[in-house]
Parts: sequence; structure tokens; C-alpha cells
Amino acid sequence: MNSTGYILRFVLTMTTLAAVLLAGMLYITEPAALKAEAVFNKRAILTAVEKKLPKPLKEMSDQEVLDLFEDRVDQHALNMKGEEVQGRVAEQIKLEQEKKKPEADRVLPLFIYKDDQGNPYYILSVRGSGLWDEIWGSIAVEADMNTIAGVSFDHKAETPGLGAEIKDNPGFPAQFVSKKLYNDEGELVAVNVRKGGVADADHDVDAISGATITGNGVTEMLRRGLKYYEPYIKKIQAGGK
Amino acid sequence: MADTATQTIGVQEKEPWFGKKERKLLTDPLQSNNPITVQVLGICSALAVTTQLLPSIVMSIAVIFVAASSNVTISMLRNYIPKQVRMIVQLVVVATLVTIVELALKALSYPVWKQLSVFIGLIITNCIIMGRLEAFAMANKPWKSFLDGIGNGLGYGAILIIVAFFRELFGKGTLFTGTPIVMNIIGPSNETTQYWINTANESSLLYGYTNNGLMVLPAAALFIIGILIWVHRSYNKSLVDIS
Repeated sequence: MNSTGYILRFVLTMTTLAAVLLAGMLYITEPAALKAEAVFNKRAILTAVEKKLPKPLKEMSDQEVLDLFEDRVDQHALNMKGEEVQGRVAEQIKLEQEKKKPEADRVLPLFIYKDDQGNPYYILSVRGSGLWDEIWGSIAVEADMNTIAGVSFDHKAETPGLGAEIKDNPGFPAQFVSKKLYNDEGELVAVNVRKGGVADADHDVDAISGATITGNGVTEMLRRGLKYYEPYIKKIQAGGK
Repeated sequence: MADTATQTIGVQEKEPWFGKKERKLLTDPLQSNNPITVQVLGICSALAVTTQLLPSIVMSIAVIFVAASSNVTISMLRNYIPKQVRMIVQLVVVATLVTIVELALKALSYPVWKQLSVFIGLIITNCIIMGRLEAFAMANKPWKSFLDGIGNGLGYGAILIIVAFFRELFGKGTLFTGTPIVMNIIGPSNETTQYWINTANESSLLYGYTNNGLMVLPAAALFIIGILIWVHRSYNKSLVDIS
């Protein structure tokens, strides 16, 4: 049997060595990891305006994504009254954290992408619940603040082949292009994921069979998430900036 | 305590550096002592990460690395580790190595890291690794322990890759999704994945094939592993008596 003193000394030495090793490893890898994460998130945002990009996202290198984002995308942080918030960077706003705050205190990210002709596309972030866990997305809206230019969705744990199709099947987000956020009466109805086919060409997309709850989650997420942006949308529509 | 460990190796004549015994350490886990199909260990991660080939290959490499290096570390320390706390010592070594792998993967290949999510961290609790440390590295020299780690990692990885091959092929109709050499083997491709733009739709086999949704669910991995065990046992009769 080893003495208690030996055991203590052994364990202390070993854990100290492990701690030093891991701290060193973190120090070495952190810059690269942060960059990779930024590229990943920027790709997700740019997917919403994929059609308007100079070239497809898949053909872009990481550096090209960073450059494009730097050149073409303006970042804004909005409060719930649609006013610009100083001191917050849109990219660093995490909606999952904002959702925990009282509604009045939340801050929303807004990205404005300018295409080759200088037309602005407003990219709004939404977050909601699917069947198993959270779902989220970026909604690109044209300058009229009504017509959808493109969307991208992602999810944490939807069923592959069913709910996960909101991301995996490009046909699903493609349906949202040129749908309208507002109805003729000027109410925000956003887009409904409807079972059994499209009834209203401006506001309906066809649901994925077998993924009813995820589909309803998308409908709910859009309606609620875009509602938060309404003060800002109204401002832009009225022509003010 | 230190003496017993050395004695188990016994008095040995000059052994070849890579002789028959060493070769057996590498091939045994692939064949008659496979960690997944014979010992049925490490099933959890085998079910979870095998929907596609790329994460399975990354996972295999990670496990091979962790198994080999933790085996070597523990084997070198085996005469100094106090027996009362040996499991904790093993756990700290494995956890350190796994964290190194995770940090490296996060920096080098962020999307794959996202896809593997918690399963890299769960290598720490992979029974194969702890099992080899307890059963082998605590009683053998570093070089042999290294080979044993590589062998068991390979045995695990081989099954993972076989399972992932079938699941990706029938579940998505593709192979190597997420890498530059992604191939669409069967069925129409453009609707099934967003990672690449469809270029060769007509060239794929079985154009009318519809992807099998079951294959992407964890249950499918269990079926395939079951079939693999069956095939393995009918091929290697010596295994049948063990059960």
C-alpha cells in the first residue's frame, strides 16, 4: 500500500501537469477556433441571401467569406422599439440568451447585405422551438420590408429525414422566396407552413410530411420573431432610417 | 506493488521489436476480439455518430489517438500509480487527452466538431478505452500498450466506418458528404443535402431510389451492428462458444 502522502503528492503533480497542458493547448488553439466559429456563423447568415451573392457560398473559401462579410454587410443592434443600440455588435448577440430577458430589454441583431447593384437586403434573426429542441433561422427581406428574398434555417435536434429537412432539403427554404410578410390590410401574418398544399400564394408554404410539429414551430417562430422587428420594419417602410 | 506489475511480464529473452505477439496485438481487436462486435463495447457512440462517413472517420481517428496515447501514458506510469486511486488517474489522463483532441478539432474543423458535439467528450467514458487501460496498460510495457491501443482503436473504427458506409449510402444516397470528394452513388441527389450543388444527377445508379429515412435514425445502426455480429460469427466459428 502506498502512504497517503505519496498518493497526495502523485495526484497533485499529475493534475497540475494536466492543467498546464490543457491551458497551453487552449492558448494555442483558441484564435483558430474563434475564427472558425465566426466563419461558420457568417456562412449561416449569408445563406439567407445566397442567390444574391457574387458566387455560391460552397465555392467560397473561409477568407472570402470573411472579406465579403466585411465589405458588404452592415451590422446593427436594435432594441424592441426599433432603435439602434450602441455598444452591441449584431454578430455577438445570442438570441437564446436574449429570449431569457424580459421582452422590453431584448436586443435584436440586424444584418444589412448590399448586393452588386447596392440593393439592400435586411437579414432578420428568429428563434423558436421545433419538436425536440430549438430551431432558428435568418430571414432576408427586400428593401420594401415585405418581400422575402431568402431564408435559412437550422436546428439543434430535429429528426433527420423529417424535421431536419428544414435545413437539409434546400427545397424547403426555397419555397419562402418572394412570399410576403404583410397581408393587404397591413397586418403581419408572416408565412404559414401549411399541411396539404398552398392555399394562399403570398403567405403559405407546403409542409414537410411527417414533420407537423417542426412545421408549426417554424410558423410560430416566424410570426413571433418577426413581430419583434415590427417597430423597425414600420420605420423603414415609412422611409425613415 | 511495483514488483507484481513487472513480474507479470515475466523474464523474457530478447524479443523481436515487431514479432508475432506484437502483430497479434494489432490484429486481434480487428478479428476475434473486436471491441464492438465481440465485446459489444462503445455502442453508444457507434449508434450516434455513424449517420455519415466523415464524422465516423474523424471519431475513429480520435479514438485511435486517445486509446494509443492513454495506453502509453498509463503504461509508463504503471509502476508509480498508487493502486488506491488508479481509476481516477486513468480518468484524468483520458480526460486530458480527449480535451486536447476536442480543442484541436474545434480549431481545425469546426463544422465536424459541431456535428460530433458531445460525442467527442464522451470518448472519456468510452468503455473500450478504460477497459484497455485496466486490462492491458496497467500490466504491460509502453510499446506493447501502444500497439494494443492502436489495435483496439482500429477495431472500433473499422466497425464505425462499415456502419456509416451503409447508413450514408442508403440514408442519403451519398458517400463522404461534407468533404471535397463527396459522391452521389444512388438516387437523385439535389434534394437530399445542402452541402454541395448537384452536378451529376443522371450519372447516379438507381435514379428512382428514395432515401430510406430509417437509416439516418440511431435504430438503423443497431440493426447493422446486429447483422455485422451475425456475419462475423458465422465467419469466425470460434466466437460462437464465447457467448
